[in-house]
Amino acid sequence: MNMQTAPRASHPAGKPEVGQPHTRNESACHDLSIRVRDLNLWYGESQALKGLDIDIFQKNVTALIGPSGCGKSTFLRCLNRMNDLIPGVRIRGLVEMDGRDVNAAKMDEVALRRRVGMVFQKPNPFPKSIYENVAYAPRMHDMVSRKPEQDDLVEKALRDAGLWEEVKDKLQQPGTSLSGGQQQRLCIARAIAVQPDVILMDEPTSALDPISTATIEDLMDKLKSQFTIITVTHNMQQAARVADYTAFFHLGEIIEYNDTKTMFSNPATRKAEDYITGRYG
Amino acid sequence: MSQSFDEISAQLRKRHRQSARLKWMSLGALLLALAFLVVFFADMLGKGLPAFQQAQVQVEVDYSEQASQLPLAAVDEEVRDLVSRGWLRTLPMQMRDNPELLGTTRTEWVLADGQVDQYLKGHASRLRDDAKARVDRLVEEGRAELKFNTTFFSRGDSKMPELAGIMSAAMGTVMTMLVTLAVAFPIGVMTAVYLEEFAPDNRFTQMIEININNLAAIPSILFGLLGLAIFIQFFGMPRSSPLVGGMTLALMTLPIIIISTRTALRSVPDSIRHAAFGVGCSRWQVVRDHVLPLAMPGIMTGSIIGLAQAMGETAPLIIVGMVAFIPDVSATFTNAATVLPAQIFTWSGEPDRAFVEKTAGGILVLLSVLIFLNATAVVLRKKFERRW
Repeated sequence: MNMQTAPRASHPAGKPEVGQPHTRNESACHDLSIRVRDLNLWYGESQALKGLDIDIFQKNVTALIGPSGCGKSTFLRCLNRMNDLIPGVRIRGLVEMDGRDVNAAKMDEVALRRRVGMVFQKPNPFPKSIYENVAYAPRMHDMVSRKPEQDDLVEKALRDAGLWEEVKDKLQQPGTSLSGGQQQRLCIARAIAVQPDVILMDEPTSALDPISTATIEDLMDKLKSQFTIITVTHNMQQAARVADYTAFFHLGEIIEYNDTKTMFSNPATRKAEDYITGRYG
Repeated sequence: MSQSFDEISAQLRKRHRQSARLKWMSLGALLLALAFLVVFFADMLGKGLPAFQQAQVQVEVDYSEQASQLPLAAVDEEVRDLVSRGWLRTLPMQMRDNPELLGTTRTEWVLADGQVDQYLKGHASRLRDDAKARVDRLVEEGRAELKFNTTFFSRGDSKMPELAGIMSAAMGTVMTMLVTLAVAFPIGVMTAVYLEEFAPDNRFTQMIEININNLAAIPSILFGLLGLAIFIQFFGMPRSSPLVGGMTLALMTLPIIIISTRTALRSVPDSIRHAAFGVGCSRWQVVRDHVLPLAMPGIMTGSIIGLAQAMGETAPLIIVGMVAFIPDVSATFTNAATVLPAQIFTWSGEPDRAFVEKTAGGILVLLSVLIFLNATAVVLRKKFERRW
């Protein structure tokens, strides 16, 4: 799947290859994680996504930015087929992961969601204990068979999510008793406990205070060594801080996909520039 | 030109009068309803509480050989007509079961005749004057008094009021409710889970939904006819049995359980479902591990209320033959049985004055059970109420 390993030169003016970022982040590794080609999505009669092409690279943070209603969250949900839960949604196009079309009839969405985890806008821990929140999914997927194994996995997931030190003495307390930022990290721990390849984050910090937001951003930076992270954000500074690549969505289309540094210093398109400089959005 | 406060106040006066009038009218309506409730309870308590007491007389019981053949001989002629004949009839049986009684004479408190009971309670009684005089004398000697009526709670129906109790009806109610719960709860909850969590939202499911809501409004006697036609006529199940009664009531309770379960499922926020789907739960796992446990208090509340409603139901049970004279506790689910409201209905038709208090007593028991059930539902709802 190594489509492009060599860094490519910037194309400030010319049209880049389909789905490729205009520029490449030189320091990051560039193995392909998810390939999207001509992805269209309709809610009933209205088309929400129009012919998207994008390559998502492994072990990077990719940020999706754009004004409200531009389709970035809808696109994110295409990647683990959460749109299946919404009645009246039609999808056409290719979302390819590991050489398989995730929308194919043969693809089991449960298997897909095990490899593509998700963190939601509002922290939504299960109304169970902190321990159960993390242990539930691995146990359900038969990833652990014995209690000590399960304990180890819970500890590892909570450590990776930077929550272990805060909760190690109160694992049996309800997950909902934690603060908002801690709850969101618990949700991240829950997602990484099943050891997915990709973690989707749908505005993970929009319900949090600035300090919790900074903690989550640091966490995303750490986690990208193990996982491919795709995050939707309304906060441009956040995209600039955490993302290796940034895609700018507008009215259901990807206007520009670029490495973050270039996107924020020297965007290739006028629309992206206007949005980033705050002229609309 | 703006108006002064006085001018505006003058215009407002009429409006204020109107709202005051409405306030008093609604308060009046509330007071009227409260008055009805108080009168109802006072009446029931006044009539029903005496049912929990029963006259007993202290007599010498002579467990002789003769008495085992002719029970009347067991007690002295002077008090023979004051003692319950029903109790006397049980003497030979008692003597057979307890052979050591034979040949002894014991002083015992025994059930008095229903008429003595009514006389002691100050009601009209058919006792002759000389009998009344004898009762008065017994009371003075401390050999006749009102005692707690264990018979009422330990025995089944009887044609003799002093021996009539609610035990067989209460057991019938318990058995019928067990059947109702066993049938209606799983079917109702699974139906609601399917409609709420699995079924696509199309014309067909909308039609089912409308019909279920309509079912809840169907007069209960029609469910009785349905039970009669299907369970008894078609499947040939035994009539008057808790099995048929319970299944008939289950038909009636189903829509209540379905509707309350759907409401409870709907109150579980989608964020929980998304979280569960997000970690790779199948639809069934989402429902079983996350949605159902959170909806359980609501489901329990709805089911208890549905059950309480079924427990007070009489009309459909009349149709399937559960209004019957049942002196003994029904042994199995297919034997003839009766239920509390049906027992009350039966007693209310008895001509004997003594059955009036039995009727009221039965109502008090049924009401206490229903109030207890509804209170449980309220407590459950309060305890597990959750804000998202």
